[in-house]
Amino acid sequence: MPVDWLVKTMQSRGLEVFTQSFSRTLPFPDENKERYMVHGTNVYGILRAPRAPRTEALVLSAPCSPGNSNNQAVGLLLGLAQYFRGQIFWAKDIIFLVNEHDLIGMQAWLEGYHHTNTTGMNWSPLQGRGGSIQAALSLELSSDVITSLDLVLEGLNGQLPNLDLANLFYAFCQKIGVLCTIQGKLQRNDWDSAAGYSQALQTMLLMVLKQASGRPWGDHGLFLRYHIEAASIHGINSFRQYKTDLTTIGKLLEGMFRKLNNLLERLHQSYFFYLLPSLSRFVSIGYYMPAFSLLAAILLLRALDLWVQLGSVVQGMEDGGVEEEEQVRAALVSPTIMVHKVITPDRAMYIAPIFIHRCVCVCVCVCVCIYIYIYIYIYIYIYIYI
Amino acid sequence: MGAGRCVAAVVAIVLVCGLSCASAAANEREEKHGSVPDADDVQRGRSDAEIGPGEPEVVAGTLPPPAKDQFKEELVVKPLLSGDIYSSFQFQTRWDADFFVPGKKVSHYRLFPKSMGQLMSKFSVRELHVSFTQGFWRTMQWGQPYLPAPPGAELWVWFQDTVTDVDGAWKELTNVLSGIFCASLNFIDSTNTVQPTASFKPLGVGNVTDQRFLRYTVLPREIVCTENLTPWKKLLPCGSKAGLAVLMKSEKLFHSSFLSLAVHIRPICQDSDCKVTAWEMRQTVNVVFDLHTTGQGKREWSLFKMFSRTLTEACPLASSSKVYVDVTDNPQGELFELNPAAPSLAQAVVLGDRRHYAVYDLMAPGTFGSLRTLNILLRWKTPDTADMLRPLLHGERYVAGYGLQTGEIHTLLYNNHPYRAFPALLLETVPWYLRLYIHTLTVSSKDHENKPSYIHYQPSKDRLRPHLLEMLIQLPPNSVTEVTVQFERALLKWTEYTPDPNHGFYVGSSVISALVPSVVAMDTNNTKDRPLFGTFFPCKEESSYFVRVYTEPLLVNLPTPDFSMPYNVICLTCTVVAVGYGSLYNLLTRTFQVEEPSPGLVKRLANMIRYLRGVPLL
Repeated sequence: MPVDWLVKTMQSRGLEVFTQSFSRTLPFPDENKERYMVHGTNVYGILRAPRAPRTEALVLSAPCSPGNSNNQAVGLLLGLAQYFRGQIFWAKDIIFLVNEHDLIGMQAWLEGYHHTNTTGMNWSPLQGRGGSIQAALSLELSSDVITSLDLVLEGLNGQLPNLDLANLFYAFCQKIGVLCTIQGKLQRNDWDSAAGYSQALQTMLLMVLKQASGRPWGDHGLFLRYHIEAASIHGINSFRQYKTDLTTIGKLLEGMFRKLNNLLERLHQSYFFYLLPSLSRFVSIGYYMPAFSLLAAILLLRALDLWVQLGSVVQGMEDGGVEEEEQVRAALVSPTIMVHKVITPDRAMYIAPIFIHRCVCVCVCVCVCIYIYIYIYIYIYIYIYI
Repeated sequence: MGAGRCVAAVVAIVLVCGLSCASAAANEREEKHGSVPDADDVQRGRSDAEIGPGEPEVVAGTLPPPAKDQFKEELVVKPLLSGDIYSSFQFQTRWDADFFVPGKKVSHYRLFPKSMGQLMSKFSVRELHVSFTQGFWRTMQWGQPYLPAPPGAELWVWFQDTVTDVDGAWKELTNVLSGIFCASLNFIDSTNTVQPTASFKPLGVGNVTDQRFLRYTVLPREIVCTENLTPWKKLLPCGSKAGLAVLMKSEKLFHSSFLSLAVHIRPICQDSDCKVTAWEMRQTVNVVFDLHTTGQGKREWSLFKMFSRTLTEACPLASSSKVYVDVTDNPQGELFELNPAAPSLAQAVVLGDRRHYAVYDLMAPGTFGSLRTLNILLRWKTPDTADMLRPLLHGERYVAGYGLQTGEIHTLLYNNHPYRAFPALLLETVPWYLRLYIHTLTVSSKDHENKPSYIHYQPSKDRLRPHLLEMLIQLPPNSVTEVTVQFERALLKWTEYTPDPNHGFYVGSSVISALVPSVVAMDTNNTKDRPLFGTFFPCKEESSYFVRVYTEPLLVNLPTPDFSMPYNVICLTCTVVAVGYGSLYNLLTRTFQVEEPSPGLVKRLANMIRYLRGVPLL
């Protein structure tokens, strides 16, 4: 990565530039280069806000990937830096970050910024900070003209940013007139037809699969753990006639940053758990969680079934030649009456093990069910509030 | 009867003439005494306070001379290495009066503003320092300021030792100041006021050192706006109509990277013997204009570009009115060009460095030229910049950790001197809702533990007072000292949250005060005639100068409850009660009645006609 050139260019645009070097020992050799040790440098420039004393910050990052995979994003980043520097309305410091080795560099920077050490990486301490980070955007652009912009939300462990960030992106896409996609699929205007429904279903299932994989699908995914709302924007250049140039993307990003600058509080008003069948519709946790709880309710039903059968076992052992329907009727009648019946000692020796076994099954099922509910509740609580 | 009226009229006319002659004579004498600023006025030392309330004041020919007061104004323009430009205005009003002679009240105010004078005498204030700042001073890019100030509002006051109830006086004083400056200083209460023991020693003369009479507070959330600038300008003798204050127009002043308004009142020595004290009030404005936002990237600065005004005249009430331009980096004019050419040059030792200034005296006749305006223009010739003297002391602060439960405050102190170590005093005020664990306090320099030689810690009391931590740390040369302390975030009661709890809660700036070794010998003679900007902090020894550095304020998020829950609970309980009670009531009290079958068509028609007629129905 051209560290010196980046430092000089950012300084000439009036930013305060700092670098951070990091290194990490990988547990397995990585696929391209068969190496175990990764060294790198992150370069970031801070635009100090005229209106506020370094209390809050926004981050715009572009990963410096090898080869041609992200070769235009840094150019757009520097152009935006120069434009933003001349404005007086910034109330949050803007950090322009270029990180090396994608996720490893981003994690090193975040750990250095928050001074934590969760992954055992070696990093040099950061010299310049901008206060607490409120939101972050990660840019990936491989060509200087694009046909559409793709929004990537899924982060580490399937965590998602606040839905307001996705709404912000879509609102600006519509305002500026840029085509935007999610999961690589374009938005259509006939969602109520069969084809529309199937596309919505595919989009939603893709999102579920991506979240289930647990890995972050963009550099933004690592910010979410620190309670920083972040999203990734990929520029896609496909075979279409109408192309959008970098200036328009710059306008879109400037609009998003101005909106984030005007925020008084952190984004917390909208949902943190949702599924997007398209950019204009969402399924919130209140809708998809009951489906999952119905699955868990099967265990409850099984437990009830076993409990009811307890009574029929006792009844069956009591009078040996009772008929089928009487057995069923007895099973349907409240088993508590059966349990309270007197059982003679010699028969108890046969009944007791089955009885205990059935009781244990009931208890286990009920406990597992309660455990699943509590676990889901705590998981949600932790992700929202911490 | 007519004769009586004539006599009365004549007597009235004589009396009126006599009175007007006497007052004219008194005015003449006043003017004569007031406009001659020479040394024997100082020795006379009489003041208005010696006129008792009972004596008749208008006696022609025996009026005592009014107290000697003097007003000086000064502007320093300093180009900074980053391309920005720093302007510092200082307005000093000096008054040889005594507010605290028992039994005598000061009642004649001329240059000294009456609102501040009455405040001093009512609350028995020895020293008052209040500042309102927008933005953060970037020490590494801009060097040290002439007058440091933290972001937000800062107020610290030394009371006289005759005050019995300091807390009561403090509360009233903050409310009065809040009214004078139109600022929300009424948010100052015991939860953000501390009594530092070592950091804020008096800047004026005197030897009061009992910290029971000192109160210090900082409000980091306070915003500065035109409403604070207007009453500030009203305290000046010439207002904003003449002199240097005409440059203070809000639309340009607030279009800057840093703006600080301050008022400092303190007692100073009248002369080098220091037998009698005089009162000094300094009003200062420090403003930094940014190269990219105000300057549009072009490195050319002028008074008109910065303030959209030029100077037209000096304040007639001022005894001295000067503009200094720092030309130390430009000895032969090779870096930038100064227009109009400097009429005179001066040297001063400021902040440990010898600086050269071009001086424009606004009271000299030739300064304003034929157009009767003065617009000082600096135009850079080359894009190269000179080397900056690296600031020797610098501080930073941030919150480490993530989550809403715990965190760690890290304060970094940088000593950039290559071979000298010096001690620095760190003052941290942390609000009560961040519960500090002082047993986790660590101070380390260069990975070794660095034990402070003096620690004063006052623990917080919930909802009553904040944490106060003061430490004297020896900073090794060319090193970074890190002070860390862990804290836990408290859950507030649901009525104590602000309307925007997810914005976060502010922690005020830390203060680092130090005597930094100086490259050049400092001047310790405080009463010599020196430019105002170098004389704010008293200089006691030649080899070091006093520096105060403020760190940035912090914004921490506290765990917030779900504020919609009271509404949800109310809705749910009301629904349950209504449905449950309603249905139960219906079950218990509803009776059933037999209803007549509906009448035939004829009967219905008849009923309709009867209804229309108003006759009882069938």
